[in-house]
Amino acid sequence: MDLTPIYLTLKLAAITTLLLLVIGLPVAWWLSRGRSFFKIALEAIITMPLVLPPSVLGFYLLLAFSPLHGIGLWLQKTFDVQFVFSFKGLVLASIIYSMPFMIGPIKSALQQLPASLSQASYSLGKSRWQTFVKVLLPNIKPSLLTAVVLTFAHTLGEFGVVLMIGGNIPGVTRVASIAVYDSVEQMDYHTANVYSLILFAITFVLVIAVFIFNKYQLKSPLE
Amino acid sequence: MISIDIEKKLKSYKGQHILQIKQQFAAGSITKIYGPSGAGKTTLLKTIAGFTEPERGKIIVNDVVWFDTESKINLPPQKRMAGFVFQDYALFPNMTVKQHLEYATTDTEWINRLLAIGKLGPFATHKPEYLSGGQQQRLAILRALAIKPKLLLMDEPFSALDPESKSALINELKTVFEELKTTVLIVTHNPQELDGLTKMEMNIS
Repeated sequence: MDLTPIYLTLKLAAITTLLLLVIGLPVAWWLSRGRSFFKIALEAIITMPLVLPPSVLGFYLLLAFSPLHGIGLWLQKTFDVQFVFSFKGLVLASIIYSMPFMIGPIKSALQQLPASLSQASYSLGKSRWQTFVKVLLPNIKPSLLTAVVLTFAHTLGEFGVVLMIGGNIPGVTRVASIAVYDSVEQMDYHTANVYSLILFAITFVLVIAVFIFNKYQLKSPLE
Repeated sequence: MISIDIEKKLKSYKGQHILQIKQQFAAGSITKIYGPSGAGKTTLLKTIAGFTEPERGKIIVNDVVWFDTESKINLPPQKRMAGFVFQDYALFPNMTVKQHLEYATTDTEWINRLLAIGKLGPFATHKPEYLSGGQQQRLAILRALAIKPKLLLMDEPFSALDPESKSALINELKTVFEELKTTVLIVTHNPQELDGLTKMEMNIS
């Protein structure tokens, strides 16, 4: 039994979640403050992967990063980086694909905190950064946890985008969801079943852990 | 000396009206501000603290220009450092009583004195959700005082206190205000409750 696809899936999900946390926190904070047309447009773009067929997203990423022209060619020439049919490409596609799951919950949680909380901190002479780290973040812990776990779980479940941009290269881009599909194509139902069961078990445990944690341990202190 | 001359649009269910304030407050004075709901009392305090901007005007505090539309000066709240007691307290749910004060100042002696003034010593390790309404309100006052502000803005600061602890606290605060030479503006619905503290008043209608 080759467990590489499972390992690849977990690695992809972990790297994606970590990078998205770094990107998502400041973006969510910025989106949570005030309204402008630009913000609404950006939020719409971030939300698009929720409703767009993954194959469409994958198709455009494939075109954009093709090493034959445009950005792909430039990246290839300047940095010797190729996103198409590589693990890096999977990470990039996953970041775009799972972005709404990270940014959505954090943004709404930040919006629900009363404005007076930040104002109180500012009046004590604290910078926006200090306020974010010491006051805002600690008070949205449940949503933060939800965002992290959902992003991780959603990346585990990717199929269309990954297939389009990564293909099905064993040990490089063949993640578990693709291995399931591939096994079924080859009538190897046993292998498909093992991969499926492992994915099912991991995601079930993750989702149930969030529910339990949010209910008993980290109930929002503002409720 | 604090000099305020501002105009700010207010929106309410009755439509729009313009809040116009032209007033001076002597340094170290205590003034109670009263007037009907929706008149703009809270907005005035928030404008002075720098949380919201007026359309036009000038705010000068102890010879420092905090806000001036003509010369386009607008100090951020962090530079104004006006002590602010919020009507909804705005306590930090993740911090204990002591951590609130430690977040504001590193002066442990001052923290201990504040805890004594607010009678919150026994509750130093409690988070706001485990405090009574009156204790939460006292913590909000102590936190604002922790930075030893030259200007203190209080929005309905005694509304949750029983008469006995109110007069005890007001007595303590009087001493602190004198010591710090703080200028204090207190918004209240009930001007009589502050008779022991000050006779100066300002009506916004």
